[in-house]
Amino acid sequence: MSEVVAAEIQTTHIIDLARSGHRLDGRGIDEWRPVKVEPGYIKSADGSALVHIGHTTVLCGVKLEIGKPFPDTPNAGVLTTNAELIALSSPTFEPGPPQPEAIELSRVVDRSIRAAETIDLTKLCVTPAEKCWTCFVDIHCLDHAGNLIDAAQLAALGALTHATMPAKRFGVGEHDFPLEVNHFPVECTFVRLGDKIVADPTFEEEAAGQGRLTVATDEARNVVAMQKGKIGAFSPDEVVETVERAFRHGDRLRSLARGT
Amino acid sequence: MGNGQGPRHRGRDRGARSPQSEPKVLVLPGDEIPDRGLQPGFGTYRVGRRLFVSIMGYATWRDPFVRVVPFAGRYIPKPNDVIVGVVQDVQKTFYLLDIDASRWAPLHTSGTPWEPGPGELDQYLRIGDAVLVAVENLDPTGKIGVTMKGEGLGKLSGGTLATISPAKIPRVIGKAGSMIHTITRLTGTRVAVGQNGRIWVEGTPDGIHRVRECLRIIEEEGQWPGLTERIEGFLQMTGPTDDTGPRPPGPEPVDRTQPERFDEGAPPPDDDPRAPSASPHIPPDETNEGEGPWEA
Repeated sequence: MSEVVAAEIQTTHIIDLARSGHRLDGRGIDEWRPVKVEPGYIKSADGSALVHIGHTTVLCGVKLEIGKPFPDTPNAGVLTTNAELIALSSPTFEPGPPQPEAIELSRVVDRSIRAAETIDLTKLCVTPAEKCWTCFVDIHCLDHAGNLIDAAQLAALGALTHATMPAKRFGVGEHDFPLEVNHFPVECTFVRLGDKIVADPTFEEEAAGQGRLTVATDEARNVVAMQKGKIGAFSPDEVVETVERAFRHGDRLRSLARGT
Repeated sequence: MGNGQGPRHRGRDRGARSPQSEPKVLVLPGDEIPDRGLQPGFGTYRVGRRLFVSIMGYATWRDPFVRVVPFAGRYIPKPNDVIVGVVQDVQKTFYLLDIDASRWAPLHTSGTPWEPGPGELDQYLRIGDAVLVAVENLDPTGKIGVTMKGEGLGKLSGGTLATISPAKIPRVIGKAGSMIHTITRLTGTRVAVGQNGRIWVEGTPDGIHRVRECLRIIEEEGQWPGLTERIEGFLQMTGPTDDTGPRPPGPEPVDRTQPERFDEGAPPPDDDPRAPSASPHIPPDETNEGEGPWEA
C-alpha cells in the first residue's frame, strides 16, 4: 500500500473550503500549525533536534567524523544528508530501499543547506587531500501528518545550529567546539488548492494539492533554493507572492530553530 | 505475572460496571487472564492451558468468548461490518477498495447492483470514488471480500469523509445510537458511520466542520466519562446551523426512552458498535448481523 488515492469527495471538499478561505482544521490560508523545536534531543549525537509541526514529527541527528575529502575538493569537508521515511510514521511508507519521496526530501534539505552555505565546508578541512570532517545529517520522519519538507529542514537547521565538533574524540584538537553555522535557511512549503495557495499543508491537503512549491530563504532575504512538486502549475505572479509569504514566515521559523 | 492469579486491576475506576456484564479489566500485552471456561476470542492467545493478551484494552468475558476490546489500532475487518471504502483500482471484473485495513478489499461485480461487461466497470465507479460496503467474508489467507448489496449500501455522492480511530467508533455511535443522533440533530447533517473509522458527512460546511470537531473531541477525550454531555455542550455553544430550522426553546430534549447511560469510562457492551446510527444508510437490521468476534 504505497500510495493511496484519496476519496474524491474529500479532495473536492478541501478545495471548496479553501475557496471560501477555510481549511479542514480551522486554520486560515496562510496560518501554520503550532511549531516546536527541541534541540539536543539525542544525547549520543553531536547535534540533534526534534521538530513538531502539528502532528508531524521529524527527528534529525548530526554526526561529525573524521574522513577523507573527495579527490575533486581536497580543501573541503563533506556534507551528507539522508532522510529515512520509516514505515511506522505513515501507512504510505514501506520498509526497504528509499522511495522517491525520501530521496526528494533529503535532496531538497541538502540543497538548501548547501546553497545557503550554512556551514563553510572549507573550514571542515583538517589536512588538505587527507583529513577532513564529514558531517552526516540524518533525518528521520517519526510521524507524517503533512509538510515533511519544512519539518525536516527545520530539524536539520536546529541540529546543525546546536552541534558540537568532537575534536577530542578524534584526536584533532584539545577541546570540543561548536560547529560554526553561518547562515540559517528555512523552507516554506505551499500547496495549491483551487485558486488558493495554502501554507503548511497537512497530509490531506497535500493529497488534494494541485501543485506544491517549496521556497527556502535565509536570514539575509535570499531565496536559496526552491522545489516544485506534484502535478499543477503556478503563475509568475503566484510564485512572487509565494516567495514573499516564505520571507514572512521564515524569520519566525528561523528564530525557533536557532532557539533565540 | 504467570502465576495464573488473573489480571491485575490498574488505576482507579478501571473496573467500572456496565449494566449487563461484569467488570471490564484493563489489560496489557502479555498479561495472563483466566478463561473462565470460555474460548479465546479477539486479542487473546493460548499457550498450553494458559490464556494471554496480545493487545492493550479492556478484557471482557461474554459467552462464548474471552476477548479484548482494543483502545487503539488499525481497523480489523469483521463479517457484516459496514465500512467506507475508496476505489483504488478498477480491474476487469472487480474494483479494489482501500478500506484502511491491512490490505485492499476486492469488490466483485457480483456484489454490486450493476452488471457491467468486462472492461465496462469504470462506467459505474472510478478511482477515487467513495462507497459504503459491507464485509461479506474473510478467507483464511486474509482476503477481505466486500459487497455493495444490502440496504443503504452504495456509492457515496456529495458530502465528504471524516476519519477517527476505528477503536473509537462505538463512542461515535453511542448507546443505541445516542451520540450520533445528538451530533446529527444539532449539526443538521446526514452521517454514515463506517466501522473502519471513516465517516461520511453531508451538510453545510459549518455543519461538517462541527461534526469534525465532535470527532476530534471523541478521539481525544473518548475514554473519559460524560462524553455525551460535553459533545452536547459543545454543539449548543457553537449554535445551530442554518438549515436545522428553529429549535425548541430551552435545553434540547433528551431521549429518555433508553435506560440511564452506563459509565462511559467503560467500553460499551459488545453489541453497541452495531447500534443503529442516525443514518438512513445504515439500517439497524443491516448492522446488527455482525454479532460475535470475527474468528467465530
